[in-house]
Amino acid sequence: MEQFTGRVWRLGDDIDTDIIIPTEYLALKTIEEMKQYGFLPLRPELAAQIRSGDMIVAGKNFGCGSSREQAPEVIKALGIRCVIAKSFARIFFRNAINNGLLLIEQPDLYDDVKEGDTITVHVNQAVDYRERQYPITSLPENLVEIIRAGGLVKAMRRRNGLA
Amino acid sequence: MGMTIAEKIIARAAGVESVRPGDIHTVNLDRMMSNDGTTHLTVDMYYNKLKHPRIADTKKMVFIVDHNVPSDSAKTAGSQKKMRDFAREHGIDFWEGKGVCHQIMMEHYVCPGELIFGADSHTCTYGALGAFGTGVGCTDLLYGMVTGTSWVLVPETVKFNLTGRLPQGVYPRDLMLTIIGEIGANGVNYQVMEFGGDGAKTLSVNDRMVLCNLAVEAGAKTALFEADEIALAYLRSRGREPKAVFTSDPDAVYAREYTFDLSRIVPVAAKPDFVDAVVPASEVCGVPIDEAFLGSCNNGRIDELRVGAAILKGRKVAEHVRFLVVPASQEIYLQAMEEGLIQIFMESGAIVMNPNCSVCWGSCQGVIGENEVLISTGTRNFKGRAGHPSSKVYLGSAATVTASAIKGEICTADML
Repeated sequence: MEQFTGRVWRLGDDIDTDIIIPTEYLALKTIEEMKQYGFLPLRPELAAQIRSGDMIVAGKNFGCGSSREQAPEVIKALGIRCVIAKSFARIFFRNAINNGLLLIEQPDLYDDVKEGDTITVHVNQAVDYRERQYPITSLPENLVEIIRAGGLVKAMRRRNGLA
Repeated sequence: MGMTIAEKIIARAAGVESVRPGDIHTVNLDRMMSNDGTTHLTVDMYYNKLKHPRIADTKKMVFIVDHNVPSDSAKTAGSQKKMRDFAREHGIDFWEGKGVCHQIMMEHYVCPGELIFGADSHTCTYGALGAFGTGVGCTDLLYGMVTGTSWVLVPETVKFNLTGRLPQGVYPRDLMLTIIGEIGANGVNYQVMEFGGDGAKTLSVNDRMVLCNLAVEAGAKTALFEADEIALAYLRSRGREPKAVFTSDPDAVYAREYTFDLSRIVPVAAKPDFVDAVVPASEVCGVPIDEAFLGSCNNGRIDELRVGAAILKGRKVAEHVRFLVVPASQEIYLQAMEEGLIQIFMESGAIVMNPNCSVCWGSCQGVIGENEVLISTGTRNFKGRAGHPSSKVYLGSAATVTASAIKGEICTADML
C-alpha cells in the first residue's frame, strides 16, 4: 500500500478559495506565476515556505467558495502532497480529484497535530502521528482511478479514448 | 422507497428507475454554462490536452461573459477573446454584457427537471425553477462538453419547511442569511436543500432565486423548490416548457428537517469574513462604510432595485460613500429605467453600472482598498474577497445596504 511522510502546515476552519488564490491573481497566465500568491490573505509568507512533499492539515469545510479550479492547482503546484481536513467543500473536492490532488477526510488529526511536525500517510488506511494511528476511509474506486491517472482529463483519455 | 425531487432529476438524467443517496451514477447533462471566470482554461485544455477534441452537443452549451465586462485589462481581454472565438467557431450560444450568468440562464434557458452543470459555484440558483443546477470546475465542464455526460454522487436531501410570511421590511435575503447563520457554512455540505411548506408559496421566482443562489454558502450541492404554479407561470411568460415536473414522494427520505417561521425573521447582516457570521443587523449598526453595493446574481433584480429606489427617493448618498448599483441583467436595467428607478439612483448620487458581477467578484469595478469597509448584497464576504486583504465586507439586504449608503454607516431602513 502506498505511503508517504511529510511536514505539516496547520490551517483553520473554512479555508476558502479566495484565500487559496485571491481573485486578482487569477488573471495571471500560468499556475506557476500564480502559486507564489497562494494563501496570501491569510498567511502571505506561507507559499514561499512550503516545500515539495509537505502536507496541509485543516479543520472543517476546506475549499469552500468559488468553483475556481486554480485553487487545487495552486496547492498542487506548491508541492503539497495531500490535504487532510475534517471536511471539504464539494466543488473543491471534485476539482481536486479532477486535478489529481489527494484529499483525505479525518476528523481528529487536526485537533491534535502541531505545525511543523511530521506525519505518515498510509493511503486508504490511516495517518500515523506521534505513536497514534488516525483511521481514514478509502475513496470510491472511480475517484481513485481519476487520481491515479493524474486527473480527469488523463482518466478520460484512458476510459474513452477521446484524448 | 420514495424519492425526493433531486433524486428524481438524477434518476431521469441517469436513465434509471430510482437512485439512492450515496450511489454514483453517470448522467446525461441537459445543459452546461461557462463564464469568463474560467472558460479560457476549458478552451486551453480542449485544444492542448485532447487529441481528438469534439463537442457532444453544442446546443447544450451556453457561454456568458459577465465577470469582467467590459474587460478591465489586456489579459482579461485576451481570455475573453479566446472564449468568444471558440463560441463563434463552434456555434455555441454566446452572451456578453447582457447580464450576470445565472440571471441570463434563468431568463432564457433553465427549465424544471433539468440537470445543469455550470462552471460557477452559484449555479444552484436554478432550483428556483425546479432544476438541479450545480457548480463544477473547468475540468468537469470540459468533460461534460466533450462527452455530454458526467458522474454524480447522489446527495442526501435536507428539507426546509417554510411557514408564515416575511414581515414588511424583511426580505428573502434576510431569511437565507438567517438560515445559513443557523446551519453554518458547511451545514448542508454535499447535500440538497429542498424548500417547501406554506411559506414557500408566498415567495416569487425571484425570491426563490435569492434562497437557492446562496445555498452553496452552506455547502449545498444544489437547492430546489418544487416547480409549482408560480414557477410554471414564470416559465410560460417566457415561452418555455418544463422538461419534467417532479414532486417529492410522501415517503421520500430526508437526512434532516428544519422549520423556519418567516414571520419571525428580522433584518440581518453577515459580518466579515464568513457568510455564516450572521447577526441581527441592529448589532452592527454604526460601523462606518466606504462603499455600498446593490447588485449581483443574488440580489440585483427588479425587486431589490425597487426596494433601494424607494428608500433612496428624495435622499442623498452620504458624501464619503460610493454607492454602486448594478442591475443583474439588461432586461432588469431597462425595466428599472422604465419605472424611473435609475433616475432616482443617479439623482441621489449612486454610481449605476452595466450588468456584471462587479465588486462581488472582487477583481474589476468597485474593488475596495486597504482597511476599507463595504456593505454588500453580493454573495460572499470572505477575507480579501472584494479587494485588499485588510478590507472588510458586510452582507445585508437591499434595504439595509441602501439605508447604510445614505447614512454613511451601517443602519437598517427603519432607522433613517
